[in-house]
Amino acid sequence: MKILVPVKRVIDYNVKVRVRQDGSGVETVNVKMSMNPFDEIAVEEAIRLQEAGRAEEIVAISIGAPQCQETIRTALAMGADRGILVETEQDLEPLGVSKVLRECVDRESPDLVIMGKQAIDDDCNQTAQILAGLLDWPQGAFASTLKFSDGRVDVTREIDGGLETLSLLLPAVISADLRLNEPRYVKLPNIMKAKKKPLDTIPIEELGIDVAPRVSTIKVEEPPARSGGIMVASVEELVDKLKNDAKVI
Amino acid sequence: MPVLVIAEHDNQALKPATLNTITAALAIDAEVAVLVAGYGCGGVSQSAAVIAGVDRVLLCDHESYLHPLAENLADLIAAIAGGYTHVLAPASTFGKNVLPRLGALLDVSPISDIVAVQSPDTFVRPIYAGNAMATVKTSDQKILVTARPTAFAAASAEGGAAAVEAVEPAAEPGDRVRFVGQELTRSERPELTSARVVIAGGRGLGSSENFKLIEELADKLGAAVGASRAAVDAGYVPNDYQVGQTGKVVAPELYIAVGISGAIQHLAGMKDSKVIVAINKDEDAPIFQVADYGLVGDLFDALPKLSAALD
Repeated sequence: MKILVPVKRVIDYNVKVRVRQDGSGVETVNVKMSMNPFDEIAVEEAIRLQEAGRAEEIVAISIGAPQCQETIRTALAMGADRGILVETEQDLEPLGVSKVLRECVDRESPDLVIMGKQAIDDDCNQTAQILAGLLDWPQGAFASTLKFSDGRVDVTREIDGGLETLSLLLPAVISADLRLNEPRYVKLPNIMKAKKKPLDTIPIEELGIDVAPRVSTIKVEEPPARSGGIMVASVEELVDKLKNDAKVI
Repeated sequence: MPVLVIAEHDNQALKPATLNTITAALAIDAEVAVLVAGYGCGGVSQSAAVIAGVDRVLLCDHESYLHPLAENLADLIAAIAGGYTHVLAPASTFGKNVLPRLGALLDVSPISDIVAVQSPDTFVRPIYAGNAMATVKTSDQKILVTARPTAFAAASAEGGAAAVEAVEPAAEPGDRVRFVGQELTRSERPELTSARVVIAGGRGLGSSENFKLIEELADKLGAAVGASRAAVDAGYVPNDYQVGQTGKVVAPELYIAVGISGAIQHLAGMKDSKVIVAINKDEDAPIFQVADYGLVGDLFDALPKLSAALD
C-alpha cells in the first residue's frame, strides 16, 4: 500500500494568537509555526502501518510557501519516505487545497490518503471530505481506529452520539481524530536522516489548476470578551449566588 | 429561490440541531425547504412539516439512506440542489461529514460553523479555536454552510403546515461503503449540546469511578455531563462527552467546570455559556479567567457539599 499524507504548516498550538490591529487577520510575523497537530496524528498512523508491514511508501505533501519544507521535513523525520511541496504564496481554501491534492493523487496513485480532520488555524474541517468527493472515493472522517483487510479498511469514527464503524473499499480518504494514536517524538538522528530524504518542489502554476479563492475575509476581530467574574469562598456562597444573583438554579 | 436545510435525524426523530439550523436558514431567506433523507423516516418528515417557518419538506425514504453515509447523501443533495440558493446543515459531525463532500460535487467552497448571518453571502465564523472571529463573504453562486447550533435559537417545532413531497433516490452507490455498526452512548440525561445546564469534569476527577460525583450532581440539576479532552483521553468517559474545539460546542444557561484547568481548546467549546462556574484547586487555572463564579478548593470536598445543598 502507498500512503499520501497531506500536512499543513500552522501557528503552533501553544501560541496565543493575536488579532492584527487593522483587522486583516492574525499576527504571523515572528510566531512559532508547527505541523497541524491532527496531521501529526495522520503521519503517525501512516508510519505505524508501514512498521506493521502494510505500507510500502509514505509520501508527505504540503502546499504553501517555501517554509512548508520544514513541516515536510518533520514528517520525514517521523518516518515518511519522501516529500512534495507544491509551492505557492497564495492562501488556499480547502477546495483549492483539495484540487491540488487530487492532481497529486493522479500523479502518485496512492491506495490511501490520510490527513488531520481539521487545521487548527481556520478550523474548517473540510479538506478530506472534499478530496474524497473530487476523487469519488469513499471517506472515513474523524477516524479513531483503522483496521485493514482484503482491500478494505474498517474505520471507527467519532460521531456526536458515540462511535460508528464503516467498511470502505480502498482507495479511500481518511481524516484523523484525536484518539487515533499518540504521535511519537522525533529523535535527533532521525532529524539528521530526514535532511537526506528526497523532497521535490513543484510550482503550483505547473499543475494548471484554478485555485482562485471563492471566499474572501472581510475582517478578523477579537471575540467578545467575558466580563470579569468573582471568586466565592464556599459552596454555600456559590449556591446562594447561583440561586439569587444569577438565578440559574 | 428557497434555501434548503438538510435535516439531521435517526429515522425516528429530528435532532434538535435541525431546528437551530432552520433559524439560520430563515436569517438568509424567508423561504425554507427541509430535506429528510432516511429509511422508514416518514414520521420525521411529518415533524419537519410542522416546524414554524418551513415551507416545504422533501422526503427521500429509501434504504440507501438508512445510515447517514456522506457518499450517498452528497449524491442525493447534489441531484436536487439546483433549485436552491443555499444548502445548510448543522455543524455537527453529521453536517461536517456531508457538506464538504457536496461542495466537491458542486464545485463550491463550503463555509463551516457559522455563528451569524450578516447577509445572504456574508457570514461570521470562529477561527483559531474561537480566539478570533472572521467575517467572510463568498462569491460562489450556490452557497453551502454549516451552522453552529448553539449560535442560533431553535425554531419553534410547531406552528408550520408545510407540504411533504417525495423525491427520488440518487443512483445506488454499491458496495464501496458498508455500515458495520455503531456504539451510541445511552443516557437518560439531556443532550449535551442542547441542555440548559452542563456539568463537566476534567483530569482533576482522577478516575472513571469519581465521575459518578459529577453524574450525581447532574441528576439533581437535570444537567448534561461533559468532559475535557484530558478526561476523555484518560478514559474516564466516552469520546462523545468532550467539550472543546474538536469536541462539542455548548452554550448552556449554566456551565459548571469541575477539575478542568481551562486549556484554550476547552474554552473554545464553552465560553459562550451564559453563566460559568469553575471549581478547581489551582487558583491560577485559566478556567477562572472566563468564570463568573470561581471556587478554589478540593472538588472531592466541594462536589458532595454542592449536591447536599441542592437537596
